[in-house]
Amino acid sequence: MMKVLEVQSVSKSYSNHIALNDVSLSVEEGQIFGLLGPNGAGKTSLIRVINQITMPDEGQVFFNGQKLNHGHIGQIGYLPEERGLYKKMKVGEQALYLAQLKGLSEKEARKALHTWFEKFDITPWWDKKVEELSKGMAQKIQFITTVLHQPKLLIFDEPFSGFDPINANIIKDEILKLKENGTSIIFSTHRMESVEELCDHIALIDKSKKILDGPISEIKEKYKQQIYTVDFSSTELELLNSLPEHLKLIHKNSHKAEIQIVNDSSATELIRFLLDKCDIKGFEEKIPTVNEIFIRTVQGN
Amino acid sequence: MNKIILIIKREYLSRVRKKSFIVMTILGPILMAALMMTPILMDNSDTEERSIWICDESGLFVSQFEKSEAVKTTFFSEPILKVKALFQQSEAFALVHIPNSSESTISELESIINVFAHKPISLANRRLISRNIESVIESIKLKNEGLTRDIIEKTRADINLNTIILGESGSEKLGSTEIAMGLSMAGGFLIYMFIFLYGTMVMRGVMEEKTSRIVEIIISSVKPFQLMMGKIIGVALVGFTQFALWILLTFVLSTLATTLLVSPAEINPADLANGTELLLQDVEIPQNGIASILAQLESMNLTLLLATFLFYFVGGYLMYGALFAAVGAAVDSETDTQQFMMPITIPLIFSIIALQTILENPDSSLAFWCSIIPFTSPIVMMGRLPFDPPLWEIGLSMVLLIIGFIFTSWIAGRIYRVGILMYGQKVTYKTLWKWIKQS
Repeated sequence: MMKVLEVQSVSKSYSNHIALNDVSLSVEEGQIFGLLGPNGAGKTSLIRVINQITMPDEGQVFFNGQKLNHGHIGQIGYLPEERGLYKKMKVGEQALYLAQLKGLSEKEARKALHTWFEKFDITPWWDKKVEELSKGMAQKIQFITTVLHQPKLLIFDEPFSGFDPINANIIKDEILKLKENGTSIIFSTHRMESVEELCDHIALIDKSKKILDGPISEIKEKYKQQIYTVDFSSTELELLNSLPEHLKLIHKNSHKAEIQIVNDSSATELIRFLLDKCDIKGFEEKIPTVNEIFIRTVQGN
Repeated sequence: MNKIILIIKREYLSRVRKKSFIVMTILGPILMAALMMTPILMDNSDTEERSIWICDESGLFVSQFEKSEAVKTTFFSEPILKVKALFQQSEAFALVHIPNSSESTISELESIINVFAHKPISLANRRLISRNIESVIESIKLKNEGLTRDIIEKTRADINLNTIILGESGSEKLGSTEIAMGLSMAGGFLIYMFIFLYGTMVMRGVMEEKTSRIVEIIISSVKPFQLMMGKIIGVALVGFTQFALWILLTFVLSTLATTLLVSPAEINPADLANGTELLLQDVEIPQNGIASILAQLESMNLTLLLATFLFYFVGGYLMYGALFAAVGAAVDSETDTQQFMMPITIPLIFSIIALQTILENPDSSLAFWCSIIPFTSPIVMMGRLPFDPPLWEIGLSMVLLIIGFIFTSWIAGRIYRVGILMYGQKVTYKTLWKWIKQS
């Protein structure tokens, strides 16, 4: 796989705090890369470095194998978290302007915009002023202007905020289509369920350092804690009160229990132990969610 | 480079197409014309005849009052009590009571004359009445001293100085004080207005981008400095357009209004030939009129004056425009701008005040320093230009203004690039300094 973006030990500090401390990561072609982290961890600083809004103090960024320079601006699309449009300007004119700033010619921009406006069924908005649009409508325009110039790398910071579930789904589908066409996407959000749904790879930044990085499946594998969910048929769960030492009860309700194996005995042994004592209707290994991984790593850091 | 043109185009078109721009462009000259026409209109509009009663117990004032179209005077010699009673019933405007007196005791009158009226009298009418009474008293006093008014009139002198500048080669040319002073005042004031009007427009534009949160989208495509300069230049073009339209419309309107409102008989040929005469009302027009004005204008080297004016006009705006942009970037709302506007407005206001004293004394050291330092030079140098300051001083002042512009836009660029992405932070001068130092 080709690396579209490579960040090499980037550090950035402002007068009174360190925003990024030796952060490295790489994004491959056609990958959705989840950039996670608590508020103020340094995600936005990193995104601004990639967009050449700020320059790193140390370290380097490579785009398509070349050192990042202003010529790459047209190949990157950025949807910032703090975003807006000129309120008094007409929708179409504004979209044309933003597209031309990204390097499209007026003709190209107009053509591409018409395609997108038709796709989203918003052609009548062309001559409206932005202040007449609802927040969700404005967000749609912003999404279009971000992807219009067909960038190789897209950076979305909280792309779903402000959208109702139906529109959020439309945007999600568009993001997946872009991925299929080979666009790499950096996706920064606090909504872990959309990370689960979309991302191939995640990196977690906390206190200006990268503390976790890898394909989502590998990370989940690594964070498994030998916890098994057992579904009992009977309501007699007396036995759970007298578990042997190597089994720990994490959680129970009327017919379900989560049991953790504390030593290195296998799941088979757990089943064998339970089979003697009750009926098992279901048995499943509990895979940690991204949400849990997030909370555990950040709290442990 | 292509992108900065796009930015300039947007900044220009989005403003020029606004309703407020069109309204202001049309209203501006109407207001200006109204301002210039008011004195003329006031003179004409006050045609309603007012009648003033004068109860002259002394008998000295009868038929001595100046005849005036606006005021009709009626004299009474009956005792005041009786006249007062009549006045109560009448619609007369005022009743002046001059108590009994004789020519020898005329001075005593000065403090005992009363005016009765139905409602308070305007300053203009009081002046009219007292001027008339004063003039009668003066005439009587003159007569007591054995003089007549004619003698006084005859002894008056009216001097009109022509300044002639002696060139080094012995050439002589007519100095140009009055017209030049008028022109340079107007020039200085135009620069002042332009900087303020369009500087604040730049500031608002930056704040709009910041508060609407579009700025981060834009600076992911262009450098913040390009965005800032694009805005400053775009707004300048808006200003030029508006000024040009104002001047054009004002000229058209005032010529139109003058021709319509002032009856042809009252217009002297100089007015028609020179529409600017109205603008220069305060300037004393030399007696030989239009020929002298033309001679003065010729001697002033208008092209040089215009070229330097344009230089300071543009240079001053660019220098201050960058600072206004920095202020807009540093704050979150218009109310926060106050503290940072201070250091910008003070030199501007100082220079417009200095301009007036400098016209009195164009070679003083105040004039010299103010016309060299870039923060005051655009306005103050305008005041010195008609007095032929040494060329090296103009040159130095211009070079310093260019350096000043580079300096302020460098500073402003550094504040701007950090400031536009800072939200909800309390910004002080200390923070600004940190931003400037930040790499």
